[in-house]
Amino acid sequence: MSRYVSFRDFDWLLLIFVLMICGLGVMEIQSATAHTKFAGSHIRQIYWVLGGVAAMFVISAVNYQALLDRIHWFYIAGVASLMAVLLLGQKYLGARRWIKMPGGNHFQPSEWVKLILILAVAKYFADLRHRELSWPDFIKAGAIVGIPMLMVLAQPDLGTALTYVPIAVMGVFLGGLQWKQGLVVVLLAAVGIGAVFFTPRVHVLKTYQKQRLTSFLEPDADPQGSGYQVTQSLIAVGSGGLWGGKGSQTHGAFLPVPQTDFIFAAFAEEHGFVGALGVLLLYFIVLMRLTQNAQTAPDRAGTFVVMGVVAVLSFHILVNVGMVVGFMPVTGIPLPLMSYGGSSVLFMFLALGMVMNVRMRRFVN
Amino acid sequence: MFGRDDKVSEIRLTVAQYMILAIFLVLAYGLWRLQVMESGYYASAAEKNRIRNVPILAPRGKILDREGRTIVENYPSFSALLLRDSSRDLNADADLIAQGLHLDPSEVRTRIRHFSSMPQYQPIFLKEDITQDELAFIDAHRNELPELDTIVAHRRLYPRNGFMAHLIGYVGEVTEDMLNQPQFELYSPGDVVGVSGVERQYNNELMGTNGARRALVNSHGREVGLLGETEAIPGKQLKLTVDIDLQIAAEEALEGKNGAIVAMDPRTGEILAMVSRPSFDPNDFAVRVSRDQWNKLVTDPDKPLMNKAIQAQLAPGSTFKIIMAVAGWQEGIAQSLHVDCTGGAEFFGRRFGCWVKGGHGPVDLEKAIYQSCDVFFYTLAEKLGIDRIAKYASALGLGQKTGIDLPNEVSGVMPSEEWKIRNFKQKWFAGETISVGIGQGAVAITPVQLIRAIAAISMGGRLVVPHVVEPEGLPPSYVETSHVTETKNIPIDPSGWAFITDAMSRVLLPEGTAPSAHVPGIDIAGKTGSAQIVSLSTRAKFKNSEALAQNGWFVGFTPRRNPDIIVCVLFEGGEHGRLAARLATQVLKAYVDKQRRIPNKIVEQPKGDGKVDIGALWTMPEGKNLEGGRFSLKLPKKRSVLATAAPGISSTQYLVTSTGKMQ
Repeated sequence: MSRYVSFRDFDWLLLIFVLMICGLGVMEIQSATAHTKFAGSHIRQIYWVLGGVAAMFVISAVNYQALLDRIHWFYIAGVASLMAVLLLGQKYLGARRWIKMPGGNHFQPSEWVKLILILAVAKYFADLRHRELSWPDFIKAGAIVGIPMLMVLAQPDLGTALTYVPIAVMGVFLGGLQWKQGLVVVLLAAVGIGAVFFTPRVHVLKTYQKQRLTSFLEPDADPQGSGYQVTQSLIAVGSGGLWGGKGSQTHGAFLPVPQTDFIFAAFAEEHGFVGALGVLLLYFIVLMRLTQNAQTAPDRAGTFVVMGVVAVLSFHILVNVGMVVGFMPVTGIPLPLMSYGGSSVLFMFLALGMVMNVRMRRFVN
Repeated sequence: MFGRDDKVSEIRLTVAQYMILAIFLVLAYGLWRLQVMESGYYASAAEKNRIRNVPILAPRGKILDREGRTIVENYPSFSALLLRDSSRDLNADADLIAQGLHLDPSEVRTRIRHFSSMPQYQPIFLKEDITQDELAFIDAHRNELPELDTIVAHRRLYPRNGFMAHLIGYVGEVTEDMLNQPQFELYSPGDVVGVSGVERQYNNELMGTNGARRALVNSHGREVGLLGETEAIPGKQLKLTVDIDLQIAAEEALEGKNGAIVAMDPRTGEILAMVSRPSFDPNDFAVRVSRDQWNKLVTDPDKPLMNKAIQAQLAPGSTFKIIMAVAGWQEGIAQSLHVDCTGGAEFFGRRFGCWVKGGHGPVDLEKAIYQSCDVFFYTLAEKLGIDRIAKYASALGLGQKTGIDLPNEVSGVMPSEEWKIRNFKQKWFAGETISVGIGQGAVAITPVQLIRAIAAISMGGRLVVPHVVEPEGLPPSYVETSHVTETKNIPIDPSGWAFITDAMSRVLLPEGTAPSAHVPGIDIAGKTGSAQIVSLSTRAKFKNSEALAQNGWFVGFTPRRNPDIIVCVLFEGGEHGRLAARLATQVLKAYVDKQRRIPNKIVEQPKGDGKVDIGALWTMPEGKNLEGGRFSLKLPKKRSVLATAAPGISSTQYLVTSTGKMQ
């Protein structure tokens, strides 16, 4: 089978757009971290991107169907690594999210679990032969995503846990969700969220998480506390204007973590509405190109894999950019491809590797 | 492997695409709203965010004595503060910080918690006026504790041990009460202003104008750029009329006693020395006075915060007889009055005793003054009546504020018939006049009123306004300059004041009331006084009780004709005026010695650059801020009389070596 696979079928156009986004990210990291203790981060980001591209090529060469056949082992390994984090993880700022690796690096398993979940959900729905989803299918799919999600929530890392949700949602939707089921789920979710926020006895969310989630509604009520980041982000973006400015909010350290979670705010301040819209356009092109690849996938599993990546990427963009413009709460979700950070970059390129993998095998059968 | 039917629904994929498009449209709308529709609002918010007006504090002006020697200086004081850089766990470092700054760790944590809701760029003030070793601790831990920093502010350094504290006063943060008063309306909260004494009276001169720096700051408050700067205008130096040498003499004279000493130049009204005891240390107020300390000062029955020279309202006792003599002479009664003193006399059916139980025998005005015969002045008072006494006493400024350029002067009381009716709705009883004749009864005056009145008599009726600041150095528009040079002429018959002052010069002679205070070679004219605090009958019940002792008074000047110095001493609980006289003559002698260049205390000029550490003698606070206490003084001559002793320092401590360092 492998002789039909050729890098001629590799999605070079997609890669070009992805690298353009990465380039803008590196540029903005350089600008935002100059004269701070994070200076030089952009060089490390370049290494991460190069490493990511290499990893992408490697993973695109491995047949995704072979991976899917062994997905239960990956799934078990993923859950085990999350367990390890809870038991052995490094505590930092009150949360255990990382495992310290030899050589001083920190490994955040919740990122890789995302990738495993995309494959697991794809495998699960690909194997379902009926067009309409039954309730047991529905609950099983929920359990596949729900178990690791609860473990990440226990770290606690609400932001990452939420990124697992779109994988399940996309899978269920494409897997044949019925209107009735959708309605029930939406109602249940509404009741659940209400219970979490309004029942004092339920300690699912930490106080700071509740604050973060609610402060975006009224950032001015507490401008120096939870609302501080929201307010500063709004000022940064708003003061950018149509064409952008000198970026005083970013360079004056008013904008919190401008190289990671708020990189889009930093970019929007320096390059204005025109620049920010350009970046959104690039992301949109990438997403449309991905869905096109999903349509041409050789099989159901391939489509599910690619659409899983689309779901995660769209969700990240929605939550991150939404947070930056004040539509979404501060959850600590990075902007894929632009935000500084090894785990995030490597995840994106591995996910893209899976997409390439699927694409390169589109004529196989 | 799979058939076409197994493919994922195209419709659902298309729906997903439209969902993504919808998300992007919403996000693009968000950007449009912020960056295009409301960009003006956010642009101004960004400006406010990053431009900070940082005040440049103007140092307060120095306070100098009449010869230009520094009395009050500023010293750099360091405050420890905590920068809330998010990269540090402040609570974890709290123990080490608390240890280094000698603070309670829980207090540090409380402060951190307290400030958690404040803007990030606002540092937390941990401790003000830190000591050398605390400063060294911060310097040594720059790497381990980067969040710990210092800020320098200029603080007032006052002479220690309460030297001159009442006259100088002290500074403090402007209070809300003060801000409501019209003269403080231009000040803003947080400004350091004079709270009492010269510091308050001449606050506008001393304060200077703060400058401002428009700086670009980041969210940690660190300045990252400079937009513009207005220089601070330092406060002006204030030259007092006080002579440190004389002040030292006065301080030493009153050391360990309660009361007040005022020395003045009777020709001009320049105050040469002013002491009030007990005193307080204004340096305690310069940083932050603790509640306990403050309560102790306020509730102390000896009233250490009160400047008794201008705020103690007391019966003048026999010193009032000089005013009586002037009144009697002007009315043509005193010069011809002869009284036979038998140790007391009866007026209006009541016996009034003389202080000499055996009596003075035949007494004329001269003897009545130097022997302080009560019966003579009872008789004179009876003949004059209260309104004629009050007329002359009021003309000489008794019972009124003198207008001295110090805050919160009190007026005292000079009774009259009209005063009695106005304040008590009662008729004046003629019997009350008799006590007034010897400075008892309803008369209550301040030491500065007395010195002014006696100075006027010694100067032939020229009434000056006492003042502590040389008006020449002040701008012409300055309010206080207008009246301190004013003089009034009270018409006194020249033969009258000459007769009276001649009689006063015999007070310190063997036949007078204070022969023990006599200083050979100095012609001092004066008058003793001892005023009852309570009536004699009450006093008999509480024999030997210190609190009920009489106040000793003395007011004296030298030379007898055209005097150039007058000294008034209030010695609370001093029993007899001669004890007060001894204190006064110490001050007068110090003045005369200085005039005659008789060196009694000398600082040898160092061989080096001719500078002497003089300020350090009394301004160096023990064990802290050593740098701040040193001022040098250029010596014009090889040997010169200098301020060499401060209260409580033995002479061996302030030898000056050739290097100019203190030993």
